[in-house]
Amino acid sequence: MSSAPEPPEGDHAREELADALRQGLGDGVIGSEVARGDLWVRVRPTAWRAAAELCKAELGLDYFCFLSGLDWLDNPALSGEKVWDPDAGPGDGTAGDGDGTPGDGAGAAADAGWATGVAGGASRFQVLARLYSTDRHLGVTLKADLDEADPRVDTWTAVYAGADWHEREAWEMYGFTFDGHPGLRHMYLPGEFEGHPMRKDFPLLAREVKPWPGLVDVEAMPGEDEAAAEEGEG
Amino acid sequence: MAVTADWQRSAYIAGQAADARVNVELEAEGMTLNLGPQHPATHGTLRIVVRLDGEQVVWAEPVAGYMHRGYEKLAEVRTYPQVTTLVNRIDWLGSFCNEVPFILAAEELMGIEAPPRAQWIRTILFEMGRMANIILFLGDMGVQLGAITPVFYAFRDREHVLNLIEAATGGRFHPNYDRIGGLKEDLPRGWVDEAKTAMGKVREFCDELDDLLMGNEIFQERCRGIGVIPPAVGLAYGLSGANIRASGVDWDIRRDEDSPLAWKHCDWKVWTHPDGDSFARYWVRLQETREAARIVDQLLDGLPPGSIQAKVPRIIKVPAGEAWCHTENPLGEMGYYVVSKGGLGPFRVKIRTPSFNNVSIVPWVLRGVYVPDVITILASLYFILGDIDR
Repeated sequence: MSSAPEPPEGDHAREELADALRQGLGDGVIGSEVARGDLWVRVRPTAWRAAAELCKAELGLDYFCFLSGLDWLDNPALSGEKVWDPDAGPGDGTAGDGDGTPGDGAGAAADAGWATGVAGGASRFQVLARLYSTDRHLGVTLKADLDEADPRVDTWTAVYAGADWHEREAWEMYGFTFDGHPGLRHMYLPGEFEGHPMRKDFPLLAREVKPWPGLVDVEAMPGEDEAAAEEGEG
Repeated sequence: MAVTADWQRSAYIAGQAADARVNVELEAEGMTLNLGPQHPATHGTLRIVVRLDGEQVVWAEPVAGYMHRGYEKLAEVRTYPQVTTLVNRIDWLGSFCNEVPFILAAEELMGIEAPPRAQWIRTILFEMGRMANIILFLGDMGVQLGAITPVFYAFRDREHVLNLIEAATGGRFHPNYDRIGGLKEDLPRGWVDEAKTAMGKVREFCDELDDLLMGNEIFQERCRGIGVIPPAVGLAYGLSGANIRASGVDWDIRRDEDSPLAWKHCDWKVWTHPDGDSFARYWVRLQETREAARIVDQLLDGLPPGSIQAKVPRIIKVPAGEAWCHTENPLGEMGYYVVSKGGLGPFRVKIRTPSFNNVSIVPWVLRGVYVPDVITILASLYFILGDIDR
């Protein structure tokens, strides 16, 4: 967070919000965390819809910000680790994570191949959504763990109408099913598209074809050699 | 089908027509009109399918995705400094504003902060991005309603701001100027004085448009009472920025949230309008442009000296964690949810763009309006295609 120290009453209000959720949902709330001036609450997937209703009706979180998904599968090629490191030799694509294994600080879950995020997690897929109170200027990020084989959760469309498009996007990008959604159909991708592109096991073909960085091993474009030679002379 | 008397048949048709107005599922025979993907009102390639009953829209559905570039996936194979190049292209009219929240999120996770001078220059360029973006809207809204002149004024006066952005960053549309812990370089000599002159020009433009459009009876007639969005509906759809302030919601992230940027040092006002119609949305944006010029003027006066770059390691690694950073962009609330696993690049970036939510209300707000008003409403909601599709 920024330098400006977060006023303590801000964190206090966030704790209160988390307590209110815990009271309203009982054991529906699995974990919560206040960090860096923000609040995360992890709920059971069965309490996902109830959490939204509670947030809107009683906690004054009137603004729907976004809804999306997370895939904690460990795939070094697509995890912000296999990227170009100027100190590494060419071709050594995985040199980026020299300071430790991927998933530092993830604890036991790292052994199973995934890390957990803020407020914890126990499965590969998580759905996350952010709500905000335009009145109290207080936001919360809600998360729920989804089953890996059949990620499904109740829709929010009846509570926050804006969730419609976001759920369609999460459906096509992550393959989550939102029960009760009025029309889960493609948002961006063509109708015949197969697969869920944002999943970590979905390859990014551009990178498969030409490893990063293209810079060191790329073939010169036709005419590039002469251009470079001319530049050198001039 | 049994033979029925004429009066029975007309009663049946009248009943069906009445049902169609209240219930979309029971719509009578109508006509499907395809707006776009290349309609001027769509600013790019958004296609809107509208079902008409006579002149009235009974059902509308925007079809996005003609320009989806997969930035969320691409960010996973980029280093943090490289991501700004991608996000520049989200809202291409106010590109610099896209870089800032991402850099702030990375800085938040790293626990560093740029020095004051960098924050002030960031804020100045952020507000200039806002001006460059909204000036075009102010002219464009006119051209969509048949007033050709304002858009030429807009293109002319936007240059003042774009020239400044180009002078400082090297890029008119894609500055790629923000860095983790600071900025690419300091402002060029003489820039501050030129910026002050340009702010005067921006204010003149606003006054001109005030006369040309706001006071124009035809413009008012076309906009007032058209596309009214009640605040509760707008918030549930996630409308933000001027669109929700025009519905009377007094919320501006620049003022209401604690940000390292320099807005807190300025004296300015958040404008709202109680009406929630197309006219209100135009009015709020016009005032916002004036306020942006006011903010920039104050920041130019108080620009602190010093370094523009905090000390950061040569190879930037962001500690593991999750951060949500959002700012009040020209189009509304723009935010990045960044998940880091401690590597050189982000593990996951969720890009929350304002236009995506702003356009998701289109099916709701177009229901029951007349065809010419479709254009008014789309123009006044103001979206950028790159900002919907990412």
